[in-house]
Amino acid sequence: MANLEINGKNYQVDAGPEVPLLWVIREHLKLTGTKFGCGIGMCGSCTVHIDGKAQRSCQVPAGEAQGKKITTIEGLADTHPVIKAWIKEQVPQCGYCQSGQIMQAAALLAGDPNPSEEKIISSMDGNLCRCGTYPRIKLAIKTAAKEGRKP
Amino acid sequence: MTGSITRREFLKTSVLGAGLTIAAVMTPTGLRLLSAEEAKKETLRALNPMAWITITPDNIVTVTVNKSEMGQGVYTSLPMIVADELEADWKQVRFVAAPAGDEFKDPVRNNQFTGGSSSVRDMYEPLRKMGAAMREMLVLAAARTWAVPARDCAAFMGTVKHIKTGKTLSYGALSTEASRLQVPQTLRLKNEKQLRYIGKAMPRTDALEKSTGKAMFGIDTFVPDMLYASIVRPQQYGSEVASFNKEAAESVKGVRTVVKIPSGVAVCAEAIDAAWKGRNALNVKWQNPKYGDMDTGSLEKEFAAKLNDRGPVAKNEGDAKAALGRAARRIEATYVLPYLSHATMEPMNCTASVKADQCDVWAPTQNQTGVHNLAVKISGLKPEQVHVHTTYLGGGFGRRFETDVVEEALRLSKAAARPVKVLWTREEDMQNDFYRPATCTRIEGALDEKGQATAWSHKIVCPSIFSRVFPGQMEKGIDPAAVEGVENMEYEIPNLYAEYVRIDLPVPVGFWRSVGSSHNAFTVESFVDELASAAKKDPLEFRLDLLKNHPRARRVLETAAQKAGWGKPVTKGQARGIAYHLSFGSYVAEVAEVSVDKKNGAIKVHRVVCAVDCGSVVNPEIVSAQMMGGITMGLSAALKEKMEFARGGVQSENFHNYDLLRMSETPKIETHIVTSGDKLGGIGEPGVPPIAPAVANAVFAATGARIRNLPMKPETVLAAMKKV
Repeated sequence: MANLEINGKNYQVDAGPEVPLLWVIREHLKLTGTKFGCGIGMCGSCTVHIDGKAQRSCQVPAGEAQGKKITTIEGLADTHPVIKAWIKEQVPQCGYCQSGQIMQAAALLAGDPNPSEEKIISSMDGNLCRCGTYPRIKLAIKTAAKEGRKP
Repeated sequence: MTGSITRREFLKTSVLGAGLTIAAVMTPTGLRLLSAEEAKKETLRALNPMAWITITPDNIVTVTVNKSEMGQGVYTSLPMIVADELEADWKQVRFVAAPAGDEFKDPVRNNQFTGGSSSVRDMYEPLRKMGAAMREMLVLAAARTWAVPARDCAAFMGTVKHIKTGKTLSYGALSTEASRLQVPQTLRLKNEKQLRYIGKAMPRTDALEKSTGKAMFGIDTFVPDMLYASIVRPQQYGSEVASFNKEAAESVKGVRTVVKIPSGVAVCAEAIDAAWKGRNALNVKWQNPKYGDMDTGSLEKEFAAKLNDRGPVAKNEGDAKAALGRAARRIEATYVLPYLSHATMEPMNCTASVKADQCDVWAPTQNQTGVHNLAVKISGLKPEQVHVHTTYLGGGFGRRFETDVVEEALRLSKAAARPVKVLWTREEDMQNDFYRPATCTRIEGALDEKGQATAWSHKIVCPSIFSRVFPGQMEKGIDPAAVEGVENMEYEIPNLYAEYVRIDLPVPVGFWRSVGSSHNAFTVESFVDELASAAKKDPLEFRLDLLKNHPRARRVLETAAQKAGWGKPVTKGQARGIAYHLSFGSYVAEVAEVSVDKKNGAIKVHRVVCAVDCGSVVNPEIVSAQMMGGITMGLSAALKEKMEFARGGVQSENFHNYDLLRMSETPKIETHIVTSGDKLGGIGEPGVPPIAPAVANAVFAATGARIRNLPMKPETVLAAMKKV
């Protein structure tokens, strides 16, 4: 049994503490915006925020996430500046990796509202996109940062 | 915005419901448009109506899209075509994913599938004509309602207006009256200037869902009472199950059943983690591997040895052998390309429910017809009892044309008598792919005294995809994919010879974005560059000289070159390479700017300039996104990807040893659309082929080293540089 706080809601889940958080979120709680890509922390599709930090949920046992604040893509408002920028720059193609990309980008901008090109790249380099949307992801992050700077 | 519906629901709402529905069918004499009433008739149903549009009294236009959305934008571009000709307000347009059925087949290919960069190409004309027919019917319905001549009425943004009085009626309000009218067959389509959406960068209809985690992919399917299945598969090709511990797996909490199926041993459980625990307890032992010694090295040797074999001749113009014999200058090169994985970000998965009187399949599939046929076969039910629900696809690239995972879900649901969701791990996905074929190609070329190419002799050793997938399309033993881009090469060389040597190996092969062009563009465009270099000519000028009668090819080459600043100085340490390719009816040229680290051989691609001519354009935003995506995927393959084999099976497992291109490795990409107004070309695939040769040609320009083996990993480049 795991007790988890996700998007401000408390959940009791009938899953062992060793089960990766990803599977608890996706298959037990049906919060399917968080995606499975590789299971080894190499693609970033499963990125969520744990206490505000971007983490690969496939690498975090559910037990370790207890008592922490977990945010998934469902916890971001549709009006979140990163989501708005994603739509403005028409980033998604197949869309599968985009939840993870957005969660990674949102954590980056929360920590640094005006990241340099180098910082954007180093922060996003762990998130794979097979459709090749990287140039538009980069653009959308810059757009979101610019929006954030507006008074 | 989206949803999937069953055929029964479809028939109820679209064919029998209120409002105006029309269908289109391809007949031997051309396209015919049908009313819902006519489409219901069995005799006409046999003709496979394949496009459906409905306007309901609530003023919603629903386009039933018979193509799968896998990133290429069909849920946007196909409704745009309808909305434009219908003169609808974009805000009132919705789409639904078509169920699988004869009435949703592609009119050109008589199959319900998504591939070959064909969606817009095949559906453009039917959808425009249907939109036009509905517009005319709505105008006529308004004229009758007002008792005025139809010529005094005009359609405008979802309404019909009586010009003199300014009275208007919405399409929704007119839909029922319009449904009583005859569907016109002779239509006046909008002219170029009247187009409202076609040619414009309309925002994607799926961008919001895909930016908020709401888009439902196959993996997101949940069905009441569903079990999860995980499958243990052989690590070596051809090996068989010797034993497994059924009891141990079944004693794991949550495990319901263990089933042996053709592809392995499956554990079905109440939760995904229970299925994996059960799988670990299975302890499957395998025996009799058929190719125990096979590894990457042995495979490469087999390909190389096959170069000495003879095969069927795909092209023979002039006399290449004689021309090579008397040539002033003769050059020869051999190129080796690896097997590639599709690595769709969404691993293979499928959910199936086989019951006594109904079968449902939820699948991220490119091949509805294949899935439907398979489900009918395995369930033993009638076609109309089988429902295929197409979800969003987390990448397709050809992999999801295959139905292997669907078969597993169907068999397991049947065995477990419950719905089953089969979910592959990344390792299963990578090790059980139908790979882009590896190839080995030898080309010989001849130049005359003036440096003009006079002969080209091409031999490719390549496994066959078509012999398995579409055996009926094999001609004279030639797989059309293996020689595409070679046998239809446009270079004006008087003596041209191309030969195909088929190689049969245990490694399964399948369609991979741009298929044969993904390897043949590399060999052809690299060799053209080698000829140019031997002739001491500029690579662009050399190509243009050989394309005097091919204006579309010339134009994309010239555009890409001009936009990239071809012939002008580059940043110090960088060099440019160019390549072009015609595939799926579209011309694409790409110029790559690269630098090479002379110490370790690492390539950095700084910028790619692309010019594309796909005839005319439905959505330029999607065209440039597809070029960007194709270039990135092609570059990923060119620089990094190679499937490794060992001990008779697949060695590559996951992204730690089969990595894809990442953001830090992705260049600036700019796309220039050249609108020739020619016949529509495809857009999903043609961006891929030119990038690998453009980069290799740039590496040659930068270092003098010719890379003939892919991928261009640093050690490969370094080895080539040492030979210079």
